[in-house]
Amino acid sequence: MNLTAIKAIYLFEMARFFRTLTQSFISPVISTSLYFVVFGAAIGSRIQEVDGIGYGAFIVPGLIMLSVMTQSISNGSFGIYFPKFIGTIYELLSAPVTFLEITIGYVGAAATKSLFIGLVILGTSALFVDLTILHPLPMLLFLVLTCLSFSLLGFIIGIWAGNFEQLQLVPLLIVTPLVFLGGSFYSISMLPPFWQWVTMFNPVVYLISGFRWAFFGAADVPVIASLGAISLFTVICVVTIGWIFKTGWRIRN
Amino acid sequence: MDQILSVEGLKKSYASGFEALKGVDLNVESGEIFALLGPNGAGKTTLISTICGITNATAGTVRVGGHDIYAEFRAARSLIGLVPQEINLEPFEKVINTVRFSRGLFGKPKNDALIEQILRDLSLWDKKDSRIMELSGGMKRRVLIAKALSHEPRLLFLDEPTAGVDVELRKDMWNVVGRLKEQGVTIILTTHYIEEAEAIADRIGVISKGQLLLVEDKAKLMERLGQKQMIIELQAPVTEIPEGLASYDLQIAQNGSALVYSYDVKADRTGITKLLSDVSRAGLVLRDLQTKQSSLEEIFVNLVQEETA
Repeated sequence: MNLTAIKAIYLFEMARFFRTLTQSFISPVISTSLYFVVFGAAIGSRIQEVDGIGYGAFIVPGLIMLSVMTQSISNGSFGIYFPKFIGTIYELLSAPVTFLEITIGYVGAAATKSLFIGLVILGTSALFVDLTILHPLPMLLFLVLTCLSFSLLGFIIGIWAGNFEQLQLVPLLIVTPLVFLGGSFYSISMLPPFWQWVTMFNPVVYLISGFRWAFFGAADVPVIASLGAISLFTVICVVTIGWIFKTGWRIRN
Repeated sequence: MDQILSVEGLKKSYASGFEALKGVDLNVESGEIFALLGPNGAGKTTLISTICGITNATAGTVRVGGHDIYAEFRAARSLIGLVPQEINLEPFEKVINTVRFSRGLFGKPKNDALIEQILRDLSLWDKKDSRIMELSGGMKRRVLIAKALSHEPRLLFLDEPTAGVDVELRKDMWNVVGRLKEQGVTIILTTHYIEEAEAIADRIGVISKGQLLLVEDKAKLMERLGQKQMIIELQAPVTEIPEGLASYDLQIAQNGSALVYSYDVKADRTGITKLLSDVSRAGLVLRDLQTKQSSLEEIFVNLVQEETA
């Protein structure tokens, strides 16, 4: 394992993040605050409790997941798409590194950035609502796994994308709807039975449910199912990347 | 001398069916400067990209320093430095950070003294904290070289290093190449500037349409294919070749004020002595005399034309 190379990639990617640290920090703070103003204060005051939790607090896990998932995908895809776009990928391909090492470097950096943003949102939320985290360690585990798996998905998208439009396509057309319909802002039990059944095919439901359980102890689906779903998702991403690297698909023409 | 690079039967075809390399065999000795000449689209960059691992070969084997580029890719690639043709650099990053990154990527431990030396050698030291986007085109090209040298390669590929570069920088680049050669680095450069190959290469390979047409020592190549011309400038112009000189292969040039004699340098008798005495016997008075050897450019154009004919 070429640890020096992994470290070089990771630090180089993180440097991009630190260059724009203010933006990276301010934008999640502002968007979270806006969500709380709209959903927490304006609408939330008319909504009773959901699953015995105040609505303002109820949306916190979903809010974090929403940002973490979209940020992970955009970080993960941009990180590898950018070298492809500006041509610096030649260096990665000609270096004595395996694709596993490249992936660890890029995905590790992407996941770190989204983890940071997730924690910033959590901190901002604590300013608006009274938050208690029932299971802190599982909460962190879910958060880290989500950062990792969605950064991996982003990485795949970044390799697949041939232009900037395609880079936006998957997040916009698939991920955002899945996240919004995945129970970020409501409990699945609030839906009619048919839609509850349909929702069970949305993988994001399991992640948000598990994450919410870590906060409040209440969940739409069993925690073990959530853990299984995110593990399965991570494995699928890892296998896909393994295949990409073995065949050189979209990279070594 | 040992072989740093050996290429056997290397083929590359693209999904479209286009054959970029049609079975290339090439051996490069350690420490030499090898120039790969060829017109645009001949396969120069494809050959380099395949050796460096940027594109996958369709068939054939490549060994760098004795290591197979696929089976022992870590050992093989550690020896290679690549300066690509396009200026591919991260625009927002600082010069020194991109160079440090390259060293790290190749798994070499941090060595700031070495990085400083490389940047100084390339006159980049005072630009080390500049962002890449603030640099001129020539400076960016130097950064690419610095990146390639940062991990101390034994085999350096320069893909069109001086394309679109001004004369001064080109000379600088040649000096850098010379210094590297002194340090024992093997250099393979592609170019379509013949003068470049002529100025710095030890051996020359000519590639066209995915095939190596020839590989030869530069001096030998020029000697083998070189035609020499002697230009005899006359005091008084002539309208036709005088009778006494009819047996020579002469042509009238410069509106009759010069005669051009073509001969083969390698021939036992060039016929120059006899020609000159016959010239004075014919009553012609010389104003000046010069000889001209055909340049690599002419050799190259002839070769490629023969191939396409």
